[in-house]
Amino acid sequence: MIIKQLSIFLENRPGTLDAALGILKEAEVNICALSLADTSEFGLLRVIVDKPDEAKQALRSAGYTSSINEVLSVELKQEVGYLSSIIKKISTAGINVEYMYASSSSVSDASMIIKTDDSAKAEQALS
Amino acid sequence: MIWNEAKECMSRDELAVLQGARLHKQVDRIYHNVEFYRKKMQAAGVEPGDIQTVEDVTKLPFTTYADLRDNYPYGLLAVPRSEIVRVHASSGTTGKPKVLCYTRRDVEIWSECVTRAMAMAGITRDDIIQVGYGYGLFTGGLGAHYGAENLGAMVIPMSTGNTKKLIDMMIDCEVTAIACTPSYLLHVAEALEEQNLVGKIKLKYAVCGAEPWTDAMRDQIEKRLGIKAYDIYGLTEILGPGVACDCSAHKGLHIYEDHFLPEIIDPDSLEQKEHGELGELCITTLTKEGMPLLRYRTRDLTSLEYDKCECGRTMARIQRFRGRSDDMLVIRGVNVFPSQVEHALLTVAGTTPNYFITVDRVNNNDTFDVAIEVEERFFSDEVKKLEKLRAEVEDAIHQTVGIKAKVKLVEPNALPHSEGKTKHVEDRRKLTE
Repeated sequence: MIIKQLSIFLENRPGTLDAALGILKEAEVNICALSLADTSEFGLLRVIVDKPDEAKQALRSAGYTSSINEVLSVELKQEVGYLSSIIKKISTAGINVEYMYASSSSVSDASMIIKTDDSAKAEQALS
Repeated sequence: MIWNEAKECMSRDELAVLQGARLHKQVDRIYHNVEFYRKKMQAAGVEPGDIQTVEDVTKLPFTTYADLRDNYPYGLLAVPRSEIVRVHASSGTTGKPKVLCYTRRDVEIWSECVTRAMAMAGITRDDIIQVGYGYGLFTGGLGAHYGAENLGAMVIPMSTGNTKKLIDMMIDCEVTAIACTPSYLLHVAEALEEQNLVGKIKLKYAVCGAEPWTDAMRDQIEKRLGIKAYDIYGLTEILGPGVACDCSAHKGLHIYEDHFLPEIIDPDSLEQKEHGELGELCITTLTKEGMPLLRYRTRDLTSLEYDKCECGRTMARIQRFRGRSDDMLVIRGVNVFPSQVEHALLTVAGTTPNYFITVDRVNNNDTFDVAIEVEERFFSDEVKKLEKLRAEVEDAIHQTVGIKAKVKLVEPNALPHSEGKTKHVEDRRKLTE
């Protein structure tokens, strides 16, 4: 399933993550999954939230740079080799995985959030 | 030693007569050969015949670096192109450089001026001199080289970029003099100290320029290396290094007034200032053939002293530089305008995001940091794309400015946003105090 992901630019220093999460809390946005990528100078906070557009608006008002883009959400089964089989399908289709992170929810076992260079093609490969 | 005593020590009265005659001849030639100046003079209602004495210079139009840019590359030539034997360039405020053309005679006069400066520092034909300025479009390398050869010294054309080799040759070839930027010489001093090699060098003199420096830096250079260091001033538009140099009295830089007519003006009203008053240095080239300039505004703020120096020279002395009347920075000896950084950002991002330049000096090396606010227009959820953007901006700045900057991506509103004119630069080096 293709879903919306919110990415936020943060500087790599104490307090920036706290401040950004505070804004999401103020806007009553719930975070379902989160990944934080770091470089020596900046960080990228990527989140799956219940209200991405409202969250982006709140962040923009507070002066943050953020963007919404599409990622693939794939439900996982608690089976040995399941994730491997999914990634194999994506790679066989010649699609590159840019990054991925896990998400858990009470509804299913867990999901994997996958950013590829072609979400639609990746979704097709998995169907 | 005084290289050209007849000129460097001539009485002020004789000098004024010489300058007046040269100015008249120069203006007459420019008027007839350079359309740009002819039109400017006609607009001001001035004819060559109106310029007879050195005081008449105030009737002439000014020249700015915008004029050099607008007439790029050959618009200000006062001789046929076939007379030009050399071209140098210095960076302009945006993409295009300022191109300067020299006739054979211009190169000779330039060499003579640099020779005077080196002789002023005590260097003779018995010395072995390393030129540690870049050779190429930049005037430092070839300017110092020709001056040292004209003096008759043994010249080692090191250029820049290989401190180890410079130190090896300095010791092995028993180098006694060096021409380079003062910050680079401090860097060399540090390297020598680290390897315990200061006792092995035979160095006696340094002629340093291409960037502003302080008395404190001179003290450091002299003490750490056990040498005498002199300040040489110049700018490509006028000639290159060798427009002025300081003598052992260290009471200002003697400007070679038989070739360059200096004035101090108010940068706002453009009125000439009294002797000794602070203002913008403005230079008319009296003998330059290829690309002579009338009242070129250097944007350097200083004052001039005209009393006879204890060294015996009568040529006016440029006092300590007090900064610039524009926003140019000199970083690692290279002229940098904030507008060049803006231009580089525009070419990469397609827009100019808010940016901030910080210049500092750490361990005697200039640091050049550029922070850019990340806007949604070029934001990405992928680290590699942001890193690529950062690298592209660094490349573009390197291409435009000629030196490398360290680029950092920051959050919006991390940089000063002010009402009206936004401050884009902080220079922490304190070079004018």
